Amino acid sequence: MTPLVPLLLRGVRPYGEGDPVDILVRDGLVAAIGADVDDGDARVLELAGAVVLPGFVDLHTHLREPGREDTETIATGSAAAALGGYTAVFAMANTDPVADNAVVVEHVWRRGREVGLVDVHPVGAVTVGLAGEKLAELGTMANSLARVRVFSDDGRCVHDPLLMRRALEYSTALDAVVAQHAEEPRLTVGAQAHEGEAAARLGLAGWPAVAEESIVARDCLLAHHTGARLHVCHVSTAGTAEILRQAKERGTRVSAEVTPHHLLLDDGRLAGYDPVNKVNPPLRTAADTAALREALAAGVLDCVATDHAPHAPQDKDCEWASARPGMLGLQTALSVVVSTMVQPGLLDWRGVARVMSERPAEIGGLADQGRPIEVGEPATLTLVDASATWTVRGAELASIAHNTPYEGMELPGRVVMTLLRGRITAYEGEVAT
Amino acid sequence: MRHLLATEGMDAATATAVLDTADQLKATLLGREVRKLPTLRGRTVVTVFYEASTRTRVSFEIAGKWMSADVVNVSASGSSVGKGESLRDTALTLAAAGADCVIVRHPASGAAHRLAGWLTEAGTSVVNAGDGMHEHPTQALLDAATLRERLGALDGRRVAIVGDVLHSRVARSNVHLLTALGAEVVLVAPPTLLPSGVDRWPVTVSHSLDAVLPTVDAVMMLRVQAERMHGGYFPSAREYSIAYGLSEARLGLLPEHAVVLHPGPMLRGMEIASAVADSPRAAITEQVANGVHVRMAVLYHLLAHEEEMA
Amino acid sequence: MASRPRDAAEPAGQRELLSAGDVARTVARMAHQVIERTTLGAPDSPPVVLLGIPTRGAPLAVRLAARIAEFSGVDLPTGVLDVTLYRDDLRRRPTRPLGTTQLPTGGVDDRLVILVDDVLYSGRTIRAALDALRDAGRPRAVQLAVLVDRGHRELPIRADYVGKNVPTSRSEEVHVRLVETDGHDAVLLQRKEEQA
Repeated sequence: MTPLVPLLLRGVRPYGEGDPVDILVRDGLVAAIGADVDDGDARVLELAGAVVLPGFVDLHTHLREPGREDTETIATGSAAAALGGYTAVFAMANTDPVADNAVVVEHVWRRGREVGLVDVHPVGAVTVGLAGEKLAELGTMANSLARVRVFSDDGRCVHDPLLMRRALEYSTALDAVVAQHAEEPRLTVGAQAHEGEAAARLGLAGWPAVAEESIVARDCLLAHHTGARLHVCHVSTAGTAEILRQAKERGTRVSAEVTPHHLLLDDGRLAGYDPVNKVNPPLRTAADTAALREALAAGVLDCVATDHAPHAPQDKDCEWASARPGMLGLQTALSVVVSTMVQPGLLDWRGVARVMSERPAEIGGLADQGRPIEVGEPATLTLVDASATWTVRGAELASIAHNTPYEGMELPGRVVMTLLRGRITAYEGEVAT
Repeated sequence: MRHLLATEGMDAATATAVLDTADQLKATLLGREVRKLPTLRGRTVVTVFYEASTRTRVSFEIAGKWMSADVVNVSASGSSVGKGESLRDTALTLAAAGADCVIVRHPASGAAHRLAGWLTEAGTSVVNAGDGMHEHPTQALLDAATLRERLGALDGRRVAIVGDVLHSRVARSNVHLLTALGAEVVLVAPPTLLPSGVDRWPVTVSHSLDAVLPTVDAVMMLRVQAERMHGGYFPSAREYSIAYGLSEARLGLLPEHAVVLHPGPMLRGMEIASAVADSPRAAITEQVANGVHVRMAVLYHLLAHEEEMA
Repeated sequence: MASRPRDAAEPAGQRELLSAGDVARTVARMAHQVIERTTLGAPDSPPVVLLGIPTRGAPLAVRLAARIAEFSGVDLPTGVLDVTLYRDDLRRRPTRPLGTTQLPTGGVDDRLVILVDDVLYSGRTIRAALDALRDAGRPRAVQLAVLVDRGHRELPIRADYVGKNVPTSRSEEVHVRLVETDGHDAVLLQRKEEQA
């Protein structure tokens, strides 16, 4: 790696507040903040009023390595993350082989370090082979070099209540969190799309909201009973938000994420049967997206997580039922949040910092991410041009796969620069080399 | 018409034009020794069936042949389709081989829409011969043709659709088409076999066949698929038959003029009593005969006109 | 759309070839010719059937039969032969609605069929009619009666009975108007409208 060059970020607005200031970055830390900071030997970057936020943290990313390197690798996924303003990502365990042991999680962790664009934290599987039958060696993964603190069978639900109870109980000794993909499998046999009017008309088997809500309700009760930390992945329904609100009021240690696509897109997208809109949990109704935005603004939902899920063309360019669920998200997340939360006035930039960086860092147990923008803190920052707009082109995204549901859409807000501990990882749409 | 993918969104004028053409074709061929028209000479029609269906495939094949099209049948087994070739590759292969029209039956809802998307550039027409639980538009058209024959115009008529509406593409296509033609539709089914959001469909819903029968001009019995019988949608075949089967006794509840339809294949004794199926009220064999004329009409409207600008 | 100035009934560039009275006299003359040529009523003459080709050939056939009955006392069966399904130009136009085919009782087998149409032009409609007739049965002979022959044949087809021969150019159109279909009788010659 090239030696660290001091940087002077000129004319920037921390949290989008106040008059533009200069930020001096030296030795990986924020060395000075203020008007007319002495640049000395620093490389001066004119940033024309860009909003400065703590680097984004994604609790939910599929990097596909090992197993499906034809769709994404840790290198390409890291590039997409850096370009999207992320400085840390949690890589889900449903790889091939599954990340249910120390060998795989250490491999992912090491590859992330080698690439160096973003801190890659492997998520460990809760159960062996994601099979939902037997606990994986959570402790061994927690004590490995990868220091796994988030466990999830994402893609599958830990639906056996006894197994879920044990996972939650066991995780308390590891200071870890169990992230649940809430989907009652008996209620979603053959499910293809949100159970509602749109899917019924199109003849797509329904994925009812209650299949998510019943698991979330159960898990909140289990978490409360065990005193363990529960994290709910990709909340998609208004009903789930309501259950979470009640659990939090009760003092249950539960956190939750919402994806950008569940904030923006609804089941009106099903018409035409383009599987680029197929995702699990499915796109819900417009009433759900509205409720999820409100819940995110109110803190009922803690954070935004992408559920970035690259898929090969042949796994999307087919009939709906055969298509794999999932969408790209790393490079579009910020813009969707600006569009759905900032522009309507539901979140200010402090709020964006909270949901994109501070809360996910806390939930994932990352001490050096999501830090305040203050002198002496790590210069792990994301700079955003709030007034820019851009048009999404899947083929131009850094991921190997192109399956973005936002193809051709003009979205607001653009990541100008990403800094990881004082080093530029992405600048003006280019990844640092 | 470029493709026939669904009856949803089809306006009354278009539907009526197709039905009128079918009537004229039927009249033209009536009593003829040589049932062959040169209209589609040199056009190639390919049927691709990913689900077995002798009834529908043969109907399309005869329709194509009576119009002098070259008809090629591809079945999912014994072709590259059976070897796991993707639907898209199959579509592009058929278009490259010169198919003017692809008639597709597929277990996945939306498969015909996807095909139409891939084949638009090639100028190949797509007919949906049944896609999953979505639609089966030619079945609805032949049902409408049969009802017009028996009842005259459908405007203001009342039609009951009885049975597994949830999984039925026939029901969906009929709801849209009958509604477009001005008929009133009543769905009669146990709550477990009704689709989500049916309250916002342009239909009324009932759980009592006995209450509905005296009020309708036609009753359309849907097939109960074996897999549903074991899927826990209702307690037993016996209970279903008692509540929702069209028994001989129930036939008496229908008005004198009312017509009984069934898309076939029938489960005699289950959703329909044998005596009902064979009664003069039943138009089940007419449905099959009209199926050929309606499919001829569909091919005529798809293939016998100038190229439309894409 | 091209603009249509002045009176809509008499658009620019339109000329009347036959008046209502001319149409009636022409049909009457054709009736006499049919009676003569087919030796109608003679013991060894074949049974004759008049088949009109939609749209305007159908009422013309009925009119012709009425005149023939008036002049000869013989009632000829009439019918309608829709040729749409046999046309060779289906792929050059928007979808054509199908017309009705109604053969007279007893069909066309072993009869002298006289096809009746309003205008004979390229001959392609008549070719289609001959094909349609072949599928309908096996007539002893087929003849053709047209109100107007405007020339420009593209096939070796000629009419046996012609109401009026009209030399035209391809840039002109001949429109036959009949009470049954249009509310009045006339034959009009019109310059083809400029493509807008």
